[in-house]
Amino acid sequence: MKKSELTDPFGDSRLKKGYGQIHDQNDPVMMILRHNDVRKSAHDYKHFSSETIPGRIVVPSEVNIRTTRQIPFELDPPLHGAYRTLIEPWFKRPLEPEYQNKLIAQIATNIEAILQEGTVEVIADFALPLQSRALTLLLNTPHTEAEKWISWGTHVFRSEGEALDGNKATMLYDYIDTEIDRAIEHPSDDMYSFLLDANFEGRKLNREEVKGVMVLTFAGGRDTVINAVTNTIAYLAEHPETLERFREEPEIIGKAVEEFIRYFSPLTQMGRIVTEDTKVCAHAAKADSRISLCWASANRDDQVFENPNDIVIDRKMNPHVGFGFSHHNCLGATHARQILKLLLKVLADKVGSMEILDYSENIEEWGEFKRKVGYNHIKVKCNRR
Amino acid sequence: MAKITFITQENERIILDADSGSVMELAVANNVDGIDGDCGGVCSCGTCHVHVYPEDMPKIGRAGKFEKDTLEFDDNANEYSRLSCQIPISEALDGIEFKVAN
Ligand code: HEM
Ligand code: FES
Repeated sequence: MKKSELTDPFGDSRLKKGYGQIHDQNDPVMMILRHNDVRKSAHDYKHFSSETIPGRIVVPSEVNIRTTRQIPFELDPPLHGAYRTLIEPWFKRPLEPEYQNKLIAQIATNIEAILQEGTVEVIADFALPLQSRALTLLLNTPHTEAEKWISWGTHVFRSEGEALDGNKATMLYDYIDTEIDRAIEHPSDDMYSFLLDANFEGRKLNREEVKGVMVLTFAGGRDTVINAVTNTIAYLAEHPETLERFREEPEIIGKAVEEFIRYFSPLTQMGRIVTEDTKVCAHAAKADSRISLCWASANRDDQVFENPNDIVIDRKMNPHVGFGFSHHNCLGATHARQILKLLLKVLADKVGSMEILDYSENIEEWGEFKRKVGYNHIKVKCNRR
Repeated sequence: MAKITFITQENERIILDADSGSVMELAVANNVDGIDGDCGGVCSCGTCHVHVYPEDMPKIGRAGKFEKDTLEFDDNANEYSRLSCQIPISEALDGIEFKVAN
């Protein structure tokens, strides 16, 4: 087996039952595994709601570590849509040429640094700094902020290992509080000021709302991007022919990014609360219980994807749900896609080959399912072209 | 070369010439409002939804299985719906008009 491979632990259950049961802090979760069921349930917010106690739709549940509602993520339509329409233009800025020029310059600098170094630990030396610096563009904050975020480590709510860490959450909240204070006192053209000034249904957003959006922006775009970048590097280390192909056919890079997102599925699942007794996949789902939409499983469903466990780098028909589906599909996807596209471009341009030296896999444990989502650490030797 | 017209939700008419790529790519390259093409044309995002005039349907053809499955979740979808990333541009499209669905 290749070191960069991510196997599919859900295959058997997906085929036989279509769901899996997992325990989580006395609030069990029924994981929905089939592509069609996942899309249908994601669309059906009336039965499967995101609007509950803050933190409860996340698996593992974050109810014990936060009370701030993440916006628009923890709201249902129509309120969800009202907030989303307000902030969506900001999240589309990565489509602007100026944004992309800055991003590609950042990525080129980061890659130049690892080429100079020769051998690097990809997460700490590359993916985390890259993600943090890129986030300063999305927030339109000074690039020096990135150094602070880098020091926080990979997951903003988790310490080493996967246990939820209330202290880490507090640190993020304190930081965002301070930043909001700063933006109130000295408005600028950053995301905090944009939100504080935004007009929502005839009034300004209040502090708690601004905080809800900012926390989500930090939390949603951190380990997802880091895993996507790290897994991409690992894959390309074992598939130098793919780098060659990007050089010869740069037009496939967009499709390659979608295929990486499908295959890596950096966010395994997201929960919903059942609003009234119903059925999913011919199985009873009780009111006030939790289900989860397992994007990672749906993305390997052989009813939809040919050779689902292979990376087909220019896959043409790829209705993956790696960025979610329907109302809540990922707002950060424009940013994430740009990072990955430009990363592939610069790698093809500058890197000749890479070699995985040693690594330890990051395996999420969901009851009977053990899913590799990335690495705890991975050392790679990089050679210039 | 094919002349292709997009009619946006605001009833703006945008007339474009093209000879290759997909209808979505043409729209995105020319900033047609309502066609975002987020996934780059792999039938995942549904942000390239257009309506075809009934009389043009034989020329364009109906949505394929996976395309239909994606469209099914769009409230504005009907039997004349297509994901424009799945429509390749060719001479045969010359003079056609698409209504942007969203
Ligand atoms: C490869 C990287 C990423 C992946 C795979 C990913 C995945 C997802 C998924 C699956 C959802 C849907 C959640 C649901 O249905 O409840 C989502 C929502 C969201 N993501 Fe991402 N994400 C990524 C990067 C980002 C980034 C970089 C940001 C921002 C900096 C971000 C911000 C958000 C927000 C704000 C939402 C909520 C949208 C809503 O509720 O309307 N994500 N993401
Ligand atoms: S561009 Fe995404 S479905 Fe057509």
